[in-house]
Amino acid sequence: MRPAILDRLASGQVLIADGATGTMLQSAGLPTGVPGEAWVLDRPEQILALHRAYLEAGSQLILTTTFGGSRARLAKAGLDHQVEAINRRAAELARQAAGDEAYVGGDIGPTGEMMQPLGKLTYETAVEFFAEQARALAAGGVDVIYIETMSDLNEARAAVQGAQQACDLPVFCTFSFDTRGRTNMGVRPSQAAQTMAALGVAAVGANCGHAPEEVLEILPQMREAAPEAYLIAKPNAGIPRMVQRQVVYDATPERMAELARQYVELGARIVGACCGSSPAHISAIAAAIHGERGS
Amino acid sequence: MVRERIFEEMAQAVIDGLPDKARALAHDAIQAGIDPLEAIERGFKAGMDVVGDGFAKGELFIPDLMMSGEAMKAAIAALEPELMKRKQQRQVLGRVVIGTVQGDIHEIGKTLVATMLAASGFEVHDLGVDVSPQRFVDMVRQVDANVVGLSALLTTTLLNQETVILTLKEAGLRDKVKVIVGGVPASPEWAEEIGADGYAENATEAVEVVKRMVGV
Ligand code: B12
Ligand SMILES: [Zn+2]
Repeated sequence: MRPAILDRLASGQVLIADGATGTMLQSAGLPTGVPGEAWVLDRPEQILALHRAYLEAGSQLILTTTFGGSRARLAKAGLDHQVEAINRRAAELARQAAGDEAYVGGDIGPTGEMMQPLGKLTYETAVEFFAEQARALAAGGVDVIYIETMSDLNEARAAVQGAQQACDLPVFCTFSFDTRGRTNMGVRPSQAAQTMAALGVAAVGANCGHAPEEVLEILPQMREAAPEAYLIAKPNAGIPRMVQRQVVYDATPERMAELARQYVELGARIVGACCGSSPAHISAIAAAIHGERGS
Repeated sequence: MVRERIFEEMAQAVIDGLPDKARALAHDAIQAGIDPLEAIERGFKAGMDVVGDGFAKGELFIPDLMMSGEAMKAAIAALEPELMKRKQQRQVLGRVVIGTVQGDIHEIGKTLVATMLAASGFEVHDLGVDVSPQRFVDMVRQVDANVVGLSALLTTTLLNQETVILTLKEAGLRDKVKVIVGGVPASPEWAEEIGADGYAENATEAVEVVKRMVGV
């Protein structure tokens, strides 16, 4: 049986997270325009297969297929009558795949709406949406509420507050620093880390974003602003480009593994990958950090 | 002298992203008998140029651009009745139809491009996100567009930019309209490959390219 995730992190060990979900499901045949969350109820065997592929590659922390599982996001696909069912079932599927040894993060992504005053979404409504999602994820048996790809500090705040209202699980939160070292809303790594740590978030970091090399600049800034928080690095495998009708990612598994080692040197305790990555990237990362077979 | 100061304040209101201030300055200008077109060009628009520049350089971010866009819109709305009264029309540089292609719901970048084009003097018809090729074609025909802008942020939807071009061809409209593509996975090479007329990496560049397309 696994120790509580914070105890595990306190032991100083590095946890290998998983890689992309959205882009992987798309290459497994998820039609364009259909969110991955739809497969949680319709094609659970596909979701399980993806989780298992990452676990076999060496992931010790896998994320539920609920990045777009908030009411706001599901509404765009006409699935908002199933918020509870999708999030809960996604958590159960991940738990089933992870068994007793690996950890499950209940994935929460942005609502996809702009918050007031730029957009219409109020802070209170956002908190409600996130709390609803976190409650269902907790009921499905996740170990931690894992908020990711945030770019608006206020929305991240609402997500953390919603998660804390819904359950007593630890909360992690990572941002997408894709615009010259800041999020596209202009949030600096130090600002993000400091604000999140003050809210009681246990682990902060960078996911998705621009080139994975940029995370090397980001981690020290977060470390300095929030020395008490664990650091997460889960960048994408480069920005994909279409060259002669082929999707080209510039970061190979070998390159991601090399970078992963550097992230750990900079203090990262959870390392994985985001869009454009596959089990092959995770396998290379796990080998680089834990030796040939994962610990 | 006084006029110069008002123009500066107008620019500043847009730079600071203050719609109420911009609206008030627009009303002041009308009271003072300032030509509304001049107020836009030498005042508000000058501010928008500064903001666009800062965004392109990575010094300003989405919220800045959006708030400045709001201020610009408020100013133009306030000046509109006076423009009508003087039977002046702000010279429309061209008509642009823009949208995010089918299967793709990323709207932030597309909306920014639309805002910047509108602020620069284009008549912009924003179709929103997840737009079918047929809707692009219908709108191009309806407004007799000069330029159509296609946004795609997903590799999987990038191909739909080409579908729109093919649909335009089938409708016999391809020669009547210039096509500009954009979005993270797009590139100048991609634009060339699918037979688009142009590509821009960001909203500021998009304005320049579209201006060139319509010959201004
Ligand atoms: C915000 C975001 C979202 C939000 C969108 C919210 C909204 N209302 O728009 C949400 C959370 C909903 C989302 C969903 C998804 N996303 Co997303 N998302 C992003 C993110 C982080 C930022 C995009 C953004 O708004 N940038 C800010 C704006 C200002 O920049 P921009 O869009 O690039 O636009 C500028 C230029 O590209 C250009 N431009 C844009 N359009 C046009 C059009 C024309 C005509 C011109 C000339 C120029 C131009 O000018 C703009 C202004 O300067 C990017 C990562 C990234 N770095 O881009 C991923 C990203 C685009 N998403 C990605 C993915 C995979 C997804 C999902 C599949 C994830 C999932 N599992 O659910 C879904 C897909 C949903 C769908 N069917 O569309 C991947 C795409 C990978 C790929 N190439 O296929 C990206 C690239 C992340 C990555 N690093 O890999 N996402
Ligand atoms: Zn990603």
